[in-house]
Amino acid sequence: MPGKPSLGLRIAFYLGMLFLHFPIAIIVLYALTTEDRTYQFPPPGLTLRWFGEAFQRQDMWAALWLSLQVAAMATGIALVLGTMVAAAMYRFQFLGKDFITVLLILPIALPGILTGIALLTTFKRLALEPSFWTIVIGHATFCIVTVYNNVVARFRRTGYSQIEASMDLGADWFATWRFVVLPSIATALLAGGMLSFALSFDEVIVTTFTAADQKTLPIWFLNELFRPRERPITNVVAVFVMLITFLPIVLAQWLTRDTDDLHGGGKTG
Amino acid sequence: MVQMLKEPKTSVQAAVVLREVSCYFGPVKAVDGVDLEILPGEFFSMLGPSGSGKTTCLRLIGGFEQPTSGQIVLFGQDASRLPPYARDVNTVFQDYALFPHMNVRDNVAYALMVRGVPRPERHRRAEEMLELVKLAGLGDRRPGQLSGGQRQRVALARALINRPRLLLLDEPLGALDLKLREEMQIELKALQRQLGITFIYVTHDQGEALSMSDRVAVFNHGRIEQLDTPKQLYEYPQTEFVARFVGSANVLEGRLLGLEGGRYALRPERIAIQPGSQTGPNRLSGTLLDIHYLGAQTRYEVQVGEERLTAVTPSEEQGLQIGSAVTLSWESGSLRPLREAV
Repeated sequence: MPGKPSLGLRIAFYLGMLFLHFPIAIIVLYALTTEDRTYQFPPPGLTLRWFGEAFQRQDMWAALWLSLQVAAMATGIALVLGTMVAAAMYRFQFLGKDFITVLLILPIALPGILTGIALLTTFKRLALEPSFWTIVIGHATFCIVTVYNNVVARFRRTGYSQIEASMDLGADWFATWRFVVLPSIATALLAGGMLSFALSFDEVIVTTFTAADQKTLPIWFLNELFRPRERPITNVVAVFVMLITFLPIVLAQWLTRDTDDLHGGGKTG
Repeated sequence: MVQMLKEPKTSVQAAVVLREVSCYFGPVKAVDGVDLEILPGEFFSMLGPSGSGKTTCLRLIGGFEQPTSGQIVLFGQDASRLPPYARDVNTVFQDYALFPHMNVRDNVAYALMVRGVPRPERHRRAEEMLELVKLAGLGDRRPGQLSGGQRQRVALARALINRPRLLLLDEPLGALDLKLREEMQIELKALQRQLGITFIYVTHDQGEALSMSDRVAVFNHGRIEQLDTPKQLYEYPQTEFVARFVGSANVLEGRLLGLEGGRYALRPERIAIQPGSQTGPNRLSGTLLDIHYLGAQTRYEVQVGEERLTAVTPSEEQGLQIGSAVTLSWESGSLRPLREAV
């Protein structure tokens, strides 16, 4: 039975939380410091001046916009292809299926450096100039995996007989997809899509190999860190990104909690 | 001939005709050359052990599997290659297959929604169906909030809302407990009479098949071993498999009985048991191995030579001792000659 946790357990808990979140707190702290060259501790003073300066940096906005576009495109491609692969793998039995499963997972299991080199070589072979689209393709390779994993797990939990029942009741493939399949995998798509978006949004290694002179936000960060001046601006942008990513996570939590309510004792309240 | 019903009168158009239908999954012959005709308004059962092909046969009629060869005719039209949504057939699935993201009313009204029936009308008709299956007032619930028996009724209402001419039921009572099963058997039979719809009912429970059906097809190894009325099936089993699967049976070699070759089935309740060792026609003597008191009846296990026979008689004090010599006797008409299985 769950009871009051022991003192040792509580200390361990707080240490764990500190370990996880202390670096994030540092970022927030140095976004507010008045000292712009060193990471002096404690900061000599606090200011909001860097927020104003950061928002005026055109290169930051360009990098952020590029990252959002790449992440959106890669996620879009991954949602379509990942779902199709998941449907095929769920529905059909064929020779070498286990091997195909391994192949599917490989892009996310392989070190990014290998994926990057492989992609670069392939693009060179195909005489494709590094561009926005090569970055998108590079990101899509591992985004597909996260969508596939989420959707195939959901398919396995949903009985195929629901699809048969729908067709039995007069729905063709398209109507069955719309009224039965899509609603049942919606939250899996949401989860897989968010994860894909996040993976793409902070990807550095594959991007380095597939980009020309484009700077996605993570690459912009890296470049900024080597500049001696205006260090807090980097931290301001980091805080900004944190807030942006925080919102969808909270939203997703809230959405799934809502569906749990619907499945549970909705009438009891 | 006992097989008269197998050849329906040509004036009545059959609801379902299967002609030489086979369905192979790789090397597995799930259905292997099945011929049958099902009449409109009939309660038809497909009975057999798991893997006998009865469910595949049902799925072929529903359109969920494609026949490897042969023809499926539904109400006079070749339906062999029609997808499920183009057939005037609905199915109650073994796991009910309710849509968890819809409430009960929307589940029941699904077929109408797909066809574009306006919301007020489909809600009204869904409520009618829920009333028919005695679930009035539960339309707002989710399937997850219902008991197994209630889900079963929702599945039934959902399959019936389009007024299909043919309803397929795939072991629909399999997941219910015994008491509920018996209730639902009576209700299903009443519902079928009331609606006049042809029911095809797949089950592995021979009691269920016998008590509900107009006719029963007994499946084994992808083929129909025997197709008959429940009474004919029980009284005149034609193969050893049918004799043993429908009810229980002693299957005896003709030699042992002093008859011409072949094998014979003898129902345990057709056998009388007496103390002592007597010989003669329609009698065998042996040693009493065991007595099982079953309430209204008592079952006796008797060793006769190499064979072990079972007799069931109304319970009364006969003073038989385990290990003593007994004589089994029966009327000559009780022996049923069996043919070899195909």
